[in-house]
Amino acid sequence: MPEATHAVEMRGIVMRFPGVLANDHVDFDLRVGEIHALLGENGAGKSTLMNVLAGMYRPESGTIRVRDQAVELRSPRDAIGRGIGMIHQQFMLVPSQTVTENILLGLDEPRFRLRLPHYEGRVAQLAREFGLHVDPHCKVWQLSVGEQQRVEILKMLYRGANILIMDEPTAVLAPQEIDDLFGILRGMVAEGKSIVFISHKLGEVMQIADRITVLRKGQVTAAGLSPSDTSPMEMARLMVGRAVQFRADKEPQPPGDVVLSVEGVSALNDKGLPALREISLRVHAGEILGIAGVAGNGQPELAEVITGLRKCTAGRVLLRGQVISNRPPRVAIERGVGHIPEDRREVGTAPNLSITDNLNLKAYRKHPIAKGSSVDHPRAARHAAALKTQYEIMAPSVGTAVRFLSGGNLQRVILAREISEGPGLMIAMQPTRGLDVGAIEGVQRLLLDLRRSGTAVLLVSEELDEIVCLSDRVAVIYEGQIVGEMAGDLCDDERDRIGLMMTGQFKSSTGPTAELPDLPEQCGKDKGRLGRA
Amino acid sequence: MAEPKPAAEKWKAAFPWRVSIEPRITNVPRWLPPLVSLGALVLALVMGGIVLAAVGGNPLQTYLHMARAAFGDLGVLSDTLTKATPILLCGLACSLAFRMKLWNIGAEGQFFLGAWAASAVVLLPVLPGTAPKFLMLLAMAMAGLVGGALWGAVPGLLKAKLNVNEVLTTLMMNYIAISWNNFFIFAVWSERGFQMSPVFPNSAWMPRLADYARQVPVFAGLTTHLGLVVGLVAAAILWWVLYRSQWGFEIQMTGDNPRAARYAGINVGRNTVLVMMLSGGLAGLAGMSEISGVVHRLQGAISPGYGFTGIIVAWLAKLNPLVVAPVSILFGALILAGREIQPSGIAKLLQGIILFCLISSEVLLRYRIRFVRVMQA
Repeated sequence: MPEATHAVEMRGIVMRFPGVLANDHVDFDLRVGEIHALLGENGAGKSTLMNVLAGMYRPESGTIRVRDQAVELRSPRDAIGRGIGMIHQQFMLVPSQTVTENILLGLDEPRFRLRLPHYEGRVAQLAREFGLHVDPHCKVWQLSVGEQQRVEILKMLYRGANILIMDEPTAVLAPQEIDDLFGILRGMVAEGKSIVFISHKLGEVMQIADRITVLRKGQVTAAGLSPSDTSPMEMARLMVGRAVQFRADKEPQPPGDVVLSVEGVSALNDKGLPALREISLRVHAGEILGIAGVAGNGQPELAEVITGLRKCTAGRVLLRGQVISNRPPRVAIERGVGHIPEDRREVGTAPNLSITDNLNLKAYRKHPIAKGSSVDHPRAARHAAALKTQYEIMAPSVGTAVRFLSGGNLQRVILAREISEGPGLMIAMQPTRGLDVGAIEGVQRLLLDLRRSGTAVLLVSEELDEIVCLSDRVAVIYEGQIVGEMAGDLCDDERDRIGLMMTGQFKSSTGPTAELPDLPEQCGKDKGRLGRA
Repeated sequence: MAEPKPAAEKWKAAFPWRVSIEPRITNVPRWLPPLVSLGALVLALVMGGIVLAAVGGNPLQTYLHMARAAFGDLGVLSDTLTKATPILLCGLACSLAFRMKLWNIGAEGQFFLGAWAASAVVLLPVLPGTAPKFLMLLAMAMAGLVGGALWGAVPGLLKAKLNVNEVLTTLMMNYIAISWNNFFIFAVWSERGFQMSPVFPNSAWMPRLADYARQVPVFAGLTTHLGLVVGLVAAAILWWVLYRSQWGFEIQMTGDNPRAARYAGINVGRNTVLVMMLSGGLAGLAGMSEISGVVHRLQGAISPGYGFTGIIVAWLAKLNPLVVAPVSILFGALILAGREIQPSGIAKLLQGIILFCLISSEVLLRYRIRFVRVMQA
């Protein structure tokens, strides 16, 4: 039998989730012995496509061939049987067990007697073979993140994987660990393994990949490009797109006084690592400031510091000149900070409570819903009923528990609550994520209404189109810093530049700027109108 | 695919339906939860009946006998209510904590600490035995409340500050509380070496119905005491707090989604401590009411597990204080009837089966169970 040149060929993969077409007739092929990068924004469908290959999802249509053989992958077990192993972003390891125990977990052998020393020897040998330095009898909780990742790789190699899918492997690693990982990946490829490298960081992809496939909104925008045939600018454009998909009806409006000013704020994330690094920004009344950036660059932490949900380690946040950072969340609420949280179900609502209760989640303690120390329930219900009509919340009644609502309706509940509080500042986190087209338009209209009514809006979104079309100014966040800021209504070149900034390729202060052509002055609109305050 | 087993085929022919369990996607109708609870109760009685039949008893006769033993005449009814009183207060304690999804398993320990603190008022003494009854009882009630509240505050603070699992701490503190009590009845307050304190002076006794037998002759010998009134008033107040007050709304919201509560500007840590304190206080009040209304001294065997029964009662009442009252009467009856029948473990067994059926029945509220006809090939 001749040696197969293609490790994997996927043809016409269609994968649909409720309301989203995650993969729209996607073709993808992986050659033997190559590192093939899958590049795209969050939600472009990269992980979905690879989950199909790893047997986690079954596609609606499309064919998969592994080493020139048509296969049907019903489960991860099927996939690993074909030599396909996926290493997920979230490691799946048991912290209190040793490396070897973790690797053996779920296998048919050893059957009854563990004979750990025997298997430790085998794991150690495998580790040596691929340069994956990790002590087989260490407990997993004692290992660094980089080492844990190596355990995950070993787990797959031990199961006989020769096609490795790495889902954003560098997201959790320190720079030195990234270099180590790249060394390991190159070593594995030299041994004849094939690797799919999922990432949205352009620099890394250009550095490690033999070929690149770019996905955007579930479709392939570039297939199997070689890094030498392309440029970061080209890649960024393929990733974030060029044509604005829609235009919001936004009248020009001069910004008012400064409402929010974030001054040199630093903060840590949940793991205790720096998430914000001396970030500064300002939002004026009647202005939308869009924060563009790829997920995981400090956006949620920024919103949490402003709303008081997270402490900042340096700097301060002022609302109309008064400090609101490092104070209880209630202070921000009472001063008129509205917050549309990123996570609607986990943060924004109480799932088993009714629409009425959720609409009064903040109003219950204020006149007129509050009456003495009690809640005026009939009034709360009337208030809710009015909001339900006004914001077109589709539900049998205001007594319906919100866990029964669809994503769009749930978002309407949150918007109705936050907007009806009459905020002076609105922090809108991913307000349209996961919504269908109609709901998206509704949400965007509400944000523009807020702007018209003089509210300062901080809009955080991973949808660059949305940011560009709604914002008066756009700031780009990368690794907890604002790396650039420009006026809204961008021309195409500026869009490209934002794409580069989002992927860490262009920092106004430190990054490599040489590869960028100077932007022609005449592009864009009247910049002076909404320029930096 | 392997060939289907013939046995399965036969089964399918005889019963051409498939049981399908689907998550409910709309609110359950209002009448369903009480109906399901009632159904669970009936099912538990049927299961208990099977056990009774298995040990050679007549289930129906046994149940009738138990009912008579608990509700048969004014005397036993009064005894049932007396037994129900501490259960009622402990049930309220658990209902409050469980509303916020704080699993206070320590009502038993808080009960003991409440009893101890109330005794301290008499035995230390804080007030002389000659103090007016009204003052004495008020002081004892306050002491019981504070004693239980402090015992509840410890797990509350640990939970709020260090996120220590309150199930473990409250459970463990039960043993400390009981040992603490034992230390005092064996040593400090021991009456001539017996494992009990001296009998309290009359001023520390809560009035009973029997005390008014001279005015109302039917009250003669009735043991029901003022504690029942305290419990019922507490139930009414707690109902208002949970269902009508702003604090109750905060508790409900925090119980359902603590992250949303924090987001909505609620101080979750403070509420955790406060709820644990009030919950402990109610259980402590139960302890006070038991020693002041029934036992009249501090001793070891003041609770046959009232604090734990409170958990079952709260659950059976769906954490509604107004429902806790009738449910505690049912459980008071079970305890009383347990003495009347042999083996006496039957009553405990019934309690267990009731809780089991009840918790299992929750599934019916979350899921809809349907029989789907299987298409024949």
